[in-house]
Amino acid sequence: MYPILKKQVLTPVTKLYVIEAPEIARKAQAGQFVILRITEEGERIPLTIADYDARAGTITIVVQELGKTTRQLGTFEEGDSLASFTGPLGRPTEIENYGTTLVVGGGLGIAPIYPIARSLREAGNHVIGIIGARNKELLFWEEELRSVTDELIVVTDDGSYMRKALVTVPLKELLESGRKIDRIWGIGPAIMMKFIAATSEPFGVPTIVSLNSIMVDGTGMCGACRVSVGGRTRFACVDGPEFDGHQVDWNLLLSRQRGYLDKEKEALQAYEAQLAENKR
Amino acid sequence: MANESTKAARPERQEMPAQDPQERAHNFYEVALGYTPEMAQLEASRCLQCKKPLCVTGCPVNVRIPEFIKALSEGNMWGAVEALKDKNSLPAICGRVCPQETQCEIKCVLSKKDKPVAIGRLERYVADWERTQGMRAPTLPSKNGKRVVIIGSGPAGLTAAGDLAKMGYTVEILEALHTPGGVLMYGIPEFRLPKAIVQSEIDYLKALGVTIRTDVVVGKLYTLDELLSEYDAVFLGTGAGLPMFMSIPGENLMGVYSANELLTRTNLMKAYLFPKWDTPVKVGKRVAVVGAGNVAMDSARCSLRLGAEEVHIVYRRSAAEVPARAEEVHHAQEEGIIFDFLTNPVEILGNQEGWVTGLRCIRMELGEPDASGRRRPIPIARSEFEMPMDTVVMALGTQPNPLVFTDAAQLERSRHGTAVCDEATGRTRMPRVWAGGDIVTGAATVISAMGAGRAAAQSIHQTLTGEPPHEPD
Repeated sequence: MYPILKKQVLTPVTKLYVIEAPEIARKAQAGQFVILRITEEGERIPLTIADYDARAGTITIVVQELGKTTRQLGTFEEGDSLASFTGPLGRPTEIENYGTTLVVGGGLGIAPIYPIARSLREAGNHVIGIIGARNKELLFWEEELRSVTDELIVVTDDGSYMRKALVTVPLKELLESGRKIDRIWGIGPAIMMKFIAATSEPFGVPTIVSLNSIMVDGTGMCGACRVSVGGRTRFACVDGPEFDGHQVDWNLLLSRQRGYLDKEKEALQAYEAQLAENKR
Repeated sequence: MANESTKAARPERQEMPAQDPQERAHNFYEVALGYTPEMAQLEASRCLQCKKPLCVTGCPVNVRIPEFIKALSEGNMWGAVEALKDKNSLPAICGRVCPQETQCEIKCVLSKKDKPVAIGRLERYVADWERTQGMRAPTLPSKNGKRVVIIGSGPAGLTAAGDLAKMGYTVEILEALHTPGGVLMYGIPEFRLPKAIVQSEIDYLKALGVTIRTDVVVGKLYTLDELLSEYDAVFLGTGAGLPMFMSIPGENLMGVYSANELLTRTNLMKAYLFPKWDTPVKVGKRVAVVGAGNVAMDSARCSLRLGAEEVHIVYRRSAAEVPARAEEVHHAQEEGIIFDFLTNPVEILGNQEGWVTGLRCIRMELGEPDASGRRRPIPIARSEFEMPMDTVVMALGTQPNPLVFTDAAQLERSRHGTAVCDEATGRTRMPRVWAGGDIVTGAATVISAMGAGRAAAQSIHQTLTGEPPHEPD
């Protein structure tokens, strides 16, 4: 069992959990993910690691409540335990001193971009950050990101906080300004990563994205997570999750991510019906 | 050879009682129901008790077949259990999943003039009887102070773990998934191998003092070197878990599953109990399973039970080359699975939304034998045709997962991705590391994995106790 040591509400739909997992914490690196199950009947869901602390023996995950599993996890409190917690999975981010790097985090993507920014900075990079959310309420970890970047730009889609823009707007401005950017990381919803990659491509700046395809085992066994990169089929779980964003077949990813929407809805409805039943 | 009098008295081979095909096609309960005591007695009485039993030579682990059958026919059930388990630690599993017709039963002298003794069914009968007696508390040996770590909890790992624990080793099993059992849990469906049987084998190991840690992915959480600093020996039994695809257009459409994914969702994650269990699986009305091995049969029969109306096995060779166990093919046919032989997919067709709509196939004919000794299938020109399909399952075989080889440069890998080791002992070129099962052979059988686990346990014991290791010629 994997106890929840700390739970924190970041936004109305986003919660942070610090999980006691000393062995994983000892090995985890930026860019990797874990797979967890909340209960014995639970599905295996992949989550990119938001932070790790080898000394404290903890892994931090940030979860957006979208479907049944994430909603139910939201009812877990400090002291409760997860049924399983496996990691660190996937390849870590390739950290080097590239020079000037740009990390872009949108929505939930702000969480996994944090350890990448920190590692890049520790490796000597000048790190520029762009983070964005739909509105002020949904934005989190601004201070955390500020602490691991040299410059930070914050945007909201609706302008309810800081600049009103999509993350691709300041990204394009930076690229057009003529400043030398050596490498970009973009993490967020697939559609946002698609546009980050499309924005940087004309400028020829290598752009790494973290693909959140549907997974089951997370060890290369099932192939549910297959993506097409540079015309080759790759498994996001073992070959990724980070790939060259300019080579990703985004439409395939988006289509495969939609594959279980009806089932997810069904599961959520069944869960809500169960909750209503329990209340009575 | 049988004399005339025994031949005249010999009863017919006892058929295995099974759930009605129409009914079982819609449930996940076990298909084969097992012999009654009377049937087991009748079947056991058919055994000729050959002086030089050929059946034993057909068994990959040389189970003492005539002895266990003799004890059974004499009503000495514990004697039967003992004879059976002397060589095979997982008889309840092997009795259900071994391809007896190509191993022990094909060698049975009776098969020359009559049907062979139903060795597998008797094996299952004896093992199932033992399980109903409640678990016998194993006599625990005194610990010899040596520690062995087993990577993977499938048939090879479970066997090696059991044997080593009985020899006094402190044994720890590391399993990547959240449930131990490997392919016995995630691959083989409930209706063919009830999970309670696998669980009872795992419980027995725990009673032997074996510890099992789940959620541990070796190659990620630990490297082999790290494990070698903690343990005296490592046994790799990680199987062949990597699915193969055909590299044809349309393979990434939604509705295309690897057999591993379909089976893992269904068996390990219990998708047939969705939404009570969280993991879904989507199987359409018309399903094509590409391949004709046991995994293909399992996929086809799971699809049927998950609600498919028409399920096809699409196989590029002919009926004669089907690699699946005969009983599985028979059961699949009874359940209404359609076999399209000499047919090979060339493209998976899809719609605008990225979902499968069909399969474009080409007819094949058989040419000269290929490297496998089977006649090579050759496409027939201009014979392409389309089959409307909602779901396509690729059951083309699997390869070892490379994760365990991470940062283990000394561990040699063949070009097929398998671990290179001494065949007789499982010893690899990496000191103190043994391997066995599908990681060495590529996808094979439960019994051969078990045999390899047993051989490796012996070799580990010889090596760690300083006895000269068995060197092959």
